[in-house]
Amino acid sequence: MTVTPEIVDYISELSRLSLEPEEKASMTAQLEQIVGYMDVLTQLDTAAVEPLSHVFPLKNVLREDVVVPSRERAELLANAPVPDQEAFLVPRTVD
Amino acid sequence: MTWETVIGLETHVELATKTKIFCGCTTAFGGAPNTHCCPVCTGMPGTLPVLNRKVLEFAVKAGLALNCEITRYTKFDRKNYFYPDLPKAYQISQLYLPICRNGAVDIGGGKTIRIHELHMEEDAGKLVHDPWIDQTRADYNRCGVPLIEIVTEPDFRTAEEVIAYLEKLKETLQYLGVSDCKMQEGSLRCDVNLSIRPMGSDTMGTRTEMKNLNSFKAVSRAIAYEARRQAERIEEGKRVIQETRRWDENKDASFAMRSKENAQDYRYFPEPDIPPIELSEEWLQSLKDDLPELAEEKRARYQSQYGLPPYDCQMITSDKALADFFEALVDLGTAPKQASNWIMGEVLAVLSARALEAKDMPLSPKTLAKLIAMVQAGRLNRNTAVKVFEAIFDADADPEAYAAAHGLEQVRDTALVESVVDAVLADNPKSVEDYRSGKQKAFGFLVGQVMRQLKGQGDPKAVNEILRSRLS
Repeated sequence: MTVTPEIVDYISELSRLSLEPEEKASMTAQLEQIVGYMDVLTQLDTAAVEPLSHVFPLKNVLREDVVVPSRERAELLANAPVPDQEAFLVPRTVD
Repeated sequence: MTWETVIGLETHVELATKTKIFCGCTTAFGGAPNTHCCPVCTGMPGTLPVLNRKVLEFAVKAGLALNCEITRYTKFDRKNYFYPDLPKAYQISQLYLPICRNGAVDIGGGKTIRIHELHMEEDAGKLVHDPWIDQTRADYNRCGVPLIEIVTEPDFRTAEEVIAYLEKLKETLQYLGVSDCKMQEGSLRCDVNLSIRPMGSDTMGTRTEMKNLNSFKAVSRAIAYEARRQAERIEEGKRVIQETRRWDENKDASFAMRSKENAQDYRYFPEPDIPPIELSEEWLQSLKDDLPELAEEKRARYQSQYGLPPYDCQMITSDKALADFFEALVDLGTAPKQASNWIMGEVLAVLSARALEAKDMPLSPKTLAKLIAMVQAGRLNRNTAVKVFEAIFDADADPEAYAAAHGLEQVRDTALVESVVDAVLADNPKSVEDYRSGKQKAFGFLVGQVMRQLKGQGDPKAVNEILRSRLS
């Protein structure tokens, strides 16, 4: 698969990343390499193989509907780059 | 040109579980910002979500009631998007193997709406822009509240059909007890996908999706607005653009959302943190056995078992709490038609005057049954009983004690009634004369005089009888 500059533009937009022109060039080459590494998989015949979504043979891992005390707000907000007393603050996203 | 409107609906319903879908935080509405949160629902790295059993069971029950096929091997998927209402940068949802598919809802008038699928997912948090600091504040109390999303086929042609479907859906989910469906609290919200085409055509036009519809009225108005907008565009020779539009209830108009919010490439992939679910035959059967009687079944039964008119059946079953109240009254020995009359009359009137929902009614069925029995036994007349009802409603007070304390019971002392009748006859010789000469009006006057002397507490039937026998 060829990674084009257009693909890199698209992925960076989806990821909300802005790249400088030189970063974009190196990113294109590196992504090409990474994706190329996976290309080997396309040589396998998987027509008769059921897609695997989970590696461990687990199923029906459920919990009961019982309330557990929530975490202290201050403790949660301490992990945020920019909180105020009550909330996580993010750049303007709504009008 | 006559246009046909084609509508499909996506409805999100918050489930009435006690805890969130993947963690034990409470789902209680309200609360100070970020106080119903933990590392799982705020998307901290290294946390492990675990599915709430009740969410799965509620989703299956909803699917069964909507005549869906239940997927016996189901999985969750990651829907990736960068928007701060979801702190993980993805929503855990279902794409490839939704829990329910291919359902059908009968909305009356011979019309059936097909359900494409019903899947489980988590709700997002609330973003509020703070103009003072020009930043957006994120509150994750609702983040992780369990939702089911119900997607219909594009089977609607009018706003009326959409409303009929939503009402049926709301009724069904409330009866199942899987959601309270309060639109004002956002526990039932819908997105409308709408396109138009020339009448008689069988190709689909370009559709738009409208969001932020949080009342039946908004749904109706948004549909009318959007159908007209699309028709005007096409008639002006313009194209309809496929886009997401936000309904603004105050402006009574919809507006295209910025294209950035429109960038849709969710890069779904199987959710590695949640192992797949296998529903055994026994488990599914136990959920089927656990389905309550739904409104439609109740309506049919009330007609056949109690002989109630269809109108009564419709009114009483419109709200599960009312139907439960009615059944409790009947179980306590109240005649079904009496019970229904009281519910449709006084109960609904007082609920509406107090702005209360039936499920929050302070009055118990036992108290009302006792009051109705007092009327049946001739101890209270109907008008007095209504006054007693209003007085005891809020405190669920004993009607017998209240009537006794306020001297409201009907006078059943025949000797007393007779003596009052005699006195009235003696005081009103002119009216007696009039009555005997054929003036029926005079009889009414005499009854009125007797009732007045008895301070309104005479049993009208007894007064009539005694008066008539004295005059004959």
